[in-house]
Amino acid sequence: MSEAPFGRRLATVTGVDELGVYRVLRVAEQVMPQSGWQAGELQPGQFAMLAAVERWGGGEGERPYLPRAFSIARRTDREAHFLLEDVGPGTQRLCELRAGDQLWLLAPLGRGFIPPRDGRRALLVGGGVGIAPLAILQDTLAAGVGQGHGPASEATVLLGFRDSSRAPGAALLEGAQVATDDGSVGYHGLVTELLAAEIDRDPHAVVYACGPAGMLEGVRALCERTGTPAQLALEAGMACGYGACFGCVVPKRGGGYLRVCVDGPVIDAAELEHVDSHAGAPA
Amino acid sequence: MTVEFCGLTLAHPIINGSGTFDAIAARRVFGDALLADFPFSAYVSKTITLEPRVGNPAPRLWETAAGLINSIGLPNKGLRGYLAEDLPQLAEIAAGAGDAQGGDPVPLITNVMGASAEELSTLVGACEERAEIAAIELNVSCPNVKTGLDIGADPVQLEQVVSTVRNQTGKPLIVKLTPNTADVAACALAAEHGGADAVSLINTLRATALAPRRPGQRAGRSDGGPGESSGLWLGGGSGGQSGPAIRTVALAQVSAVVARVVIPVIGMGGVQSSAHARDLIDVGARLVAVGTESFRDPAAGSRIALGL
Repeated sequence: MSEAPFGRRLATVTGVDELGVYRVLRVAEQVMPQSGWQAGELQPGQFAMLAAVERWGGGEGERPYLPRAFSIARRTDREAHFLLEDVGPGTQRLCELRAGDQLWLLAPLGRGFIPPRDGRRALLVGGGVGIAPLAILQDTLAAGVGQGHGPASEATVLLGFRDSSRAPGAALLEGAQVATDDGSVGYHGLVTELLAAEIDRDPHAVVYACGPAGMLEGVRALCERTGTPAQLALEAGMACGYGACFGCVVPKRGGGYLRVCVDGPVIDAAELEHVDSHAGAPA
Repeated sequence: MTVEFCGLTLAHPIINGSGTFDAIAARRVFGDALLADFPFSAYVSKTITLEPRVGNPAPRLWETAAGLINSIGLPNKGLRGYLAEDLPQLAEIAAGAGDAQGGDPVPLITNVMGASAEELSTLVGACEERAEIAAIELNVSCPNVKTGLDIGADPVQLEQVVSTVRNQTGKPLIVKLTPNTADVAACALAAEHGGADAVSLINTLRATALAPRRPGQRAGRSDGGPGESSGLWLGGGSGGQSGPAIRTVALAQVSAVVARVVIPVIGMGGVQSSAHARDLIDVGARLVAVGTESFRDPAAGSRIALGL
């Protein structure tokens, strides 16, 4: 896991790619380390707080005011990538950014995924814009093969989307099986149904999931039934991203709360009794 | 730019508002970089209560125009857990931050809250015993267990409580006033009469928000929980408004208090820049606390202090 430089810093947008309704925001980045599993490396699943430098505010309800949390979707030699969907005044403003525009960036934050042990197969399960951290996870797993220190495990990618305007998001990862709620692309049904079949096929697989609360609860319940280890990357509205505000909590199994920003965002499914949708806040 | 405050010499006038900066979590996230550029000249802990608290159910945040409402519910390990686990870590951070600036440890101020004078006395008495604690701040935005009224909202009650607690400590005693009262200056005067060494204000303004009603569009609450039946968004029902939205209120209340008391005043409320801090200092605040702006930038305190 990598520590973050103290304080938000300026970053410049290098480009924006369209994937259906989603936008891949590409940002010039020289500070964060490359992704990997060693101490000091960027851990897949770590996230950033982003805000536009210009016109942050003045949208719907005179918002946004706070920065917004995004998984680091990809780390290339010179860029960090983020996956956006316009679902509120903050994400709307970020979706408007173009090459040359400036951002405030605080990163990398949080605890990411832990690699699979003993060469077990990794099942990457994503829903909607939540597919983002699975891309850097896939990259990192692929890079680790044959490196000696990384896990030499295969990854199977299962992604669910609402409809055909969102299914193009699957291009963020390689070789994904796609499910859509309306059946317009790929399997007609829930991505958790694809997951159940994969776990049947390989009971020793381990699950890495990120997506809406309902999907994550489905993954959690399924993995609990089958005894499959699962790491869930949670989403929560946050004010700060570094443990200061105590706003982004989810209930912990056995009582009390976890802060998604510093105890997560990746949390072992066994730590949760259920995945709660209450941590949500305006986007 | 050093500032004298209740016998403490501070490197600059910028401190943090209680509950807006978890130095222990920040140390884990930012490592030694936090110490090298520690943003505050004194560090105020989050509110400590006698017994541990887990805090309010989610959702705990609501973004507003130029600010936010929080309904966190004062999660903390309780007095015993704080003194045993958190305070030693805070002292280490304070020493490291002082070292990095070639000076003494950053003074630690412990904020405590209790529902009666007796409870507050126990808390303050325990803080008195610990050399790591340089000063104590009373959070009096707590309903009195007997009257149900916020201790800090009623000048008569406040003066009684402060004078009782005053006997428990020789350390500087700061009273964090509540803005949710008819006459904040009268409360400040009561705190002074009770023996407070300083007052701090403003705390957050009581506020609430309704859950969004358009189905399917924005995240709303549809779980049948307590918030949903009332249409309220926050798990705790109501919370406190902070951020630049309340800056003008803070300026007015700090001005009013400075006019009535002779003890030093810590001003806060929506400070985002050195100019905003300067405004509060110009109306008479000795120190200025930064809170919500640290959420947007953890190094905000350093930036604001540097620009003064």
